[in-house]
Amino acid sequence: MPDWIYRRLGDRLFAALVVFLALGVVAAALLVALVLYQGSALAFRTFGFFGFLTSQAWDAVRGQFGAWPPLAGTLITASAALLLAFFPALAAAIYVVEYAPRWLKEPVAYLIDLLAALPSVVYGLWGLFVLVPPVRDGLERPLFTWAAVHAPALVPLLGPPTGIGLLSATLVLALMIVPYASSLARDALALVPQSQREAMFALGATRWEVVRRVVIPYARAGIFSGVVLALARALGETMAVTMLIGNAVNLPYTVFGPAATMASLIANEFTEADTDLHLSALIAVGFVLLLLSLLTNLVAGWMLRRLARGEGRR
Amino acid sequence: MNRTLRRRYLRDRVMVGLVGLGTAAVLVPLFFILYYVLVQGIGALDLAFFTRPPAPPGETGGGMLPAIAGSLVVDTLALLMAAVFGVAAGVLLAEYPDHPLNPPLRLVVDVMAGLPAILMGLVAFALVVRPMGHFSGLSGSVALALLMIPIVTRATEGVLKLVPWELTEAGLALGLPRWRVIVNLVLPAARGGILTGLMLSLARGAGEAAPLLFTAFGNPYLTANPLEPMDTLPLKLYVYAISPYPDWHRQAWGAALLLAAAIMAASYLARRAFRR
Repeated sequence: MPDWIYRRLGDRLFAALVVFLALGVVAAALLVALVLYQGSALAFRTFGFFGFLTSQAWDAVRGQFGAWPPLAGTLITASAALLLAFFPALAAAIYVVEYAPRWLKEPVAYLIDLLAALPSVVYGLWGLFVLVPPVRDGLERPLFTWAAVHAPALVPLLGPPTGIGLLSATLVLALMIVPYASSLARDALALVPQSQREAMFALGATRWEVVRRVVIPYARAGIFSGVVLALARALGETMAVTMLIGNAVNLPYTVFGPAATMASLIANEFTEADTDLHLSALIAVGFVLLLLSLLTNLVAGWMLRRLARGEGRR
Repeated sequence: MNRTLRRRYLRDRVMVGLVGLGTAAVLVPLFFILYYVLVQGIGALDLAFFTRPPAPPGETGGGMLPAIAGSLVVDTLALLMAAVFGVAAGVLLAEYPDHPLNPPLRLVVDVMAGLPAILMGLVAFALVVRPMGHFSGLSGSVALALLMIPIVTRATEGVLKLVPWELTEAGLALGLPRWRVIVNLVLPAARGGILTGLMLSLARGAGEAAPLLFTAFGNPYLTANPLEPMDTLPLKLYVYAISPYPDWHRQAWGAALLLAAAIMAASYLARRAFRR
């Protein structure tokens, strides 16, 4: 084999192959956007982009489709789950880095990471058969009965206490996103230099004051990016939510009653869509979900850069 | 001790309790999940579970052979695709840092990693299912591969950057061309890390059901042909869990245990491969 084939051509061919495959990755991502946009064209033409986004009707029989009910469901479940998950996730991270005895750090961290590895369907199964009965009998029914007697105004807000609905889906969703928030927060807390803590202790601070005034502010960019990752996860989480939320696309939603998110709506109706418009409307919901995910990532990146800059200034 | 100091100590004490409580709020449900999956699942894992096709709706018995086989086929194909594209993209990012494709590639990988899995299913539906005219295991693999590529790329890039530059220099000094240095020196040195990335991506993809609902779709009959519709374990688990039949619920727990065990094994292997 002549030398130039081995060297010049070999290098060229290898680089070309690598670039070709990498181009494939870029093309795949562009295809995601393009395919969703094209697929949703029919729905957007029929209802108009903002009309589709704000319309409250989702009625396959009458051919009326609006993204507002599933969009609202996604926003409600994701933000409620994030609120529920944030403090336990941060507490677990603080515990592992600041409080736990050395021998306990690794196992606790491993267990929390394990929570992230479990598939969504397993959470759904567990929620359906283990979580729903006590939530229904121990929380929803007593509250509903109490409200029926003492505060009738609350009843339409609470909705039917069947166990399958917004509350159960949010609880499981919160559990699912904890490890995402927690493990990034943990990494950030662990990166805080020991000297920072020692300086604060030397000033006579208690341990909590060290955590509150030094460790958390120092690690806030990492904590924040964990929160964003958890939020992104919650927005698109499909199977567990589909199994627990009851899949009813009628507004208004109630606390206990069934609802739908964008992902659960697609999962639930896609194979049953028998008109082009219905299919297109579902893909359009996917397109809105894509936009929402991109927006989350964008805002997060922007805020993260700001936070990181703020750190440099101090 | 003055009052301020006492209040500070008290707050410190209370916060220890709250942090412990928060940690328990995370760990206790986890134990509940693991306990139920283990206890309910172990009873369902008999010989029939592994060797029999599913029974007709409402009848007891039957197993998950088609779903297990389907999972193996769909996940293997997805892993192959994700490995080829993911590793190549990682090589480009790490070994050709000045290439003009890198900024868009990095952006794309970051964005794709944050996209909901179900969107990948929609894309595979439009790209593979529609042109073919029917559901297929292959379309499911494409959806999973789209999900797994960013994980593989990030892992590959990260670990290739850890390979000392001196290794490349030594290779070049011996007169090896650039491609031989990458293929025979850098990639083997990074083998453990790349394997870790592949295992992690497999652990993520193997548990997904959402993108398979309208791609692999499900199939009660045993098939090894990825051009036909296929069942996978997560899909079957979902269908059985929302069914009204107690025996299907029992088998759903079995599938959950098998799936959880397989994924935990993959994550464990990934950790070990990286330590080596």
